[in-house]
Amino acid sequence: MSATIIRNGRVIDPANRRDKLADLVIVDGRIAEKSAIRDPQSAIEEIDASRLIVAPGLIDMHVHLREPGFGHKETIESGARAAAAGGFTTIVCMPNTSPVADTPSTIAWIKERAAASACVNVLPTGAISKNISGEELGPIGSLAQAGVVAITDDGHCIQNNELMRRAVEYARMVGVPILDHCQDYNLVGNGVVHEGYWSTLLGLPGWPAAGEEAIVMRNILLADLCDHQIHCQHVTTAGSVRLLREARSRGVKITGEVCPHHIALTDEAIQNFNTNYKMNPPLRAQADVDALLEGIADRTLSILASDHAPHADFEKEVEFDAAPFGIIGLETELGLFLDLLVHKHRKIDIARLIEMYTVEPARLLKISAGTLSIGAPADVTLIDPDLEWTVKIDSLESASRNSPFDGWKMKGRAVRTIVGGKTVWNL
Amino acid sequence: MTTRWSRKDLLGLRELSAEEINFILETTDAFKQVGTREIKKVPALRGKTLVNFFVEPSTRTRTSFELAAFRLSADVINISATTSSLTKGETLKDTARNLEALHADVLVLRHSSAGAPQFLGNRLKASVINAGDGAHEHPTQALLDLYTIREKRGKIAGLHVVIIGDILFSRVARSNIFGLVKLGARVTLVGPSTLVPREFEKLGVEVSHKIDDVLPNADVVNLLRIQHERQREEYFPGIDEYTRFFGLTKERAKLLKPDCLIMHPGPINRGVEIDSEVADGLQSVILDQVTNGLAVRMAVLYLCGGTATT
Repeated sequence: MSATIIRNGRVIDPANRRDKLADLVIVDGRIAEKSAIRDPQSAIEEIDASRLIVAPGLIDMHVHLREPGFGHKETIESGARAAAAGGFTTIVCMPNTSPVADTPSTIAWIKERAAASACVNVLPTGAISKNISGEELGPIGSLAQAGVVAITDDGHCIQNNELMRRAVEYARMVGVPILDHCQDYNLVGNGVVHEGYWSTLLGLPGWPAAGEEAIVMRNILLADLCDHQIHCQHVTTAGSVRLLREARSRGVKITGEVCPHHIALTDEAIQNFNTNYKMNPPLRAQADVDALLEGIADRTLSILASDHAPHADFEKEVEFDAAPFGIIGLETELGLFLDLLVHKHRKIDIARLIEMYTVEPARLLKISAGTLSIGAPADVTLIDPDLEWTVKIDSLESASRNSPFDGWKMKGRAVRTIVGGKTVWNL
Repeated sequence: MTTRWSRKDLLGLRELSAEEINFILETTDAFKQVGTREIKKVPALRGKTLVNFFVEPSTRTRTSFELAAFRLSADVINISATTSSLTKGETLKDTARNLEALHADVLVLRHSSAGAPQFLGNRLKASVINAGDGAHEHPTQALLDLYTIREKRGKIAGLHVVIIGDILFSRVARSNIFGLVKLGARVTLVGPSTLVPREFEKLGVEVSHKIDDVLPNADVVNLLRIQHERQREEYFPGIDEYTRFFGLTKERAKLLKPDCLIMHPGPINRGVEIDSEVADGLQSVILDQVTNGLAVRMAVLYLCGGTATT
């Protein structure tokens, strides 16, 4: 028997509506009652959690691990270490790898690789369309059997509304949710930054808010029509928030996700052409940031995620137009959200923040993670909500360095990450 | 005027103060005078190496920079996109660092991506002169426009300058807007709503889609070329309709005040944005712009490339 007691922490377990000072007991890798420690002679690991929050292991449901195919950006192993360092015990990886995760064999490869090398739980997603090219349906049923938790063409967006409708209907039968990167290709064109004041000033091709909202609207219509769950990834505009609010009030099975950079920064940041501010969807205007904050506060937007998108220095250090979209985020997202949502703007309390990182994604993906129920796998994140720290880019665990947050001071972070009862990361 | 020039690079007019812009224009006066001499060459950049690095095609601007460098006694090499290793997959950064390893002192860059000169300016010891980056800036073109206006009208402040055409995709328009606003001109942008979005009003200019209302009170009209190569056809219904609504035809030119200057950065599409007779008429200063461009570029090369060692 192995046992751990996490003592004197504030245990916040939204799944069980629990928030109180307590000890948390782990026996043989699972959450247990204190009475389950039958052999007091054996060594019991003691962890002092006074002044810390003891939370269910956090879930980031939007991560690019880059394997197979792009191991120079990130590997499943290094991405998992970054997740652990950020307080995440479960991460959901996107299928835009090489080859694309659109067959059961690629899913099996990812799962094997994760089992062999990842220190956190890695849950794969499969592509909606073959080769994420938006033209033919992928083998959605077989992908579900192979163990994907969702299907998505993330990074791409199916433009053919009829094809998308069939995907949603089919996914409903199979029982997997759809995650969608909302981008109308005609409206967005070759846009690289938010269409507005700064794109006008700098002469950079604009990515209009309507390019996201048109697809959010499409997804609302299809979720309603097909009575199935569609999740809008990385929502960025005030218009999207308005559409989602109205649809959710009618009970449409639609959810929205927020990434930290879209509330921490505005498009003003692009003025020096630093490609670490280039992401897709792009940084928006202050009015959009304000709308996202309100959407988080009133639960229109229910899920927080990083869209962790590693790229090598030599890939990012090019002309702005030519640089790939995306930034890493696993190791800074919890700090940013705690700092901005809980401390600075006071939009939500820490219990809701934990819920948005646990219960909400677990419910959407129908996975058993994100709870401290007795008998659940002992995935636990210890959080110091008041710890002030500074991001040091070169001390991050990710294999890539493409972050605009180097040197940022923030308040609050994970200090220990426990997966299946084992500490996989400790500050 | 005690302003001194302390910049390594000329990346755009947005970052310059009115004093700095005026200082360049005053320096240009001296170099314009050099062009009228029997011996048109001065030793200001003797021993310096200038690289004309044109990743996007250009004849006029490249030739102007090349001649300016010759007249300053610099050694000049020209590299274009097709002759550079960029076509072999080399990054812009690596190509530029190789040029620097050959001790290039000044890099004149034309590039299709906005921000490319900033990118290199931040990474190289050599001076970087922006010869046009995407739809962002074309500072020497705007400087020569400013110089020409100042030369012909004796001032810039208080004049009403009308810029007509494809503003959205125009680096010439942006640099002109930044420079003209800083020097106190009133600026009106005219063109189809798809190419002149209202967002431009936030840059301190007026926007109009009715050319006939604007022309009678213009002191300068600057016509921009309709850029076929950067143009997706859905921006306006066709060339005929463009000319009908926004072309400076003979008839429309009669609306202009007699002393209104007609400018164009070239190359001209005769019969599209401007009628042939208007382009060649008495109010046209299009060729003066070309002459002044040479003097402006000499001044810029001298200020950025020459001061470090003097």
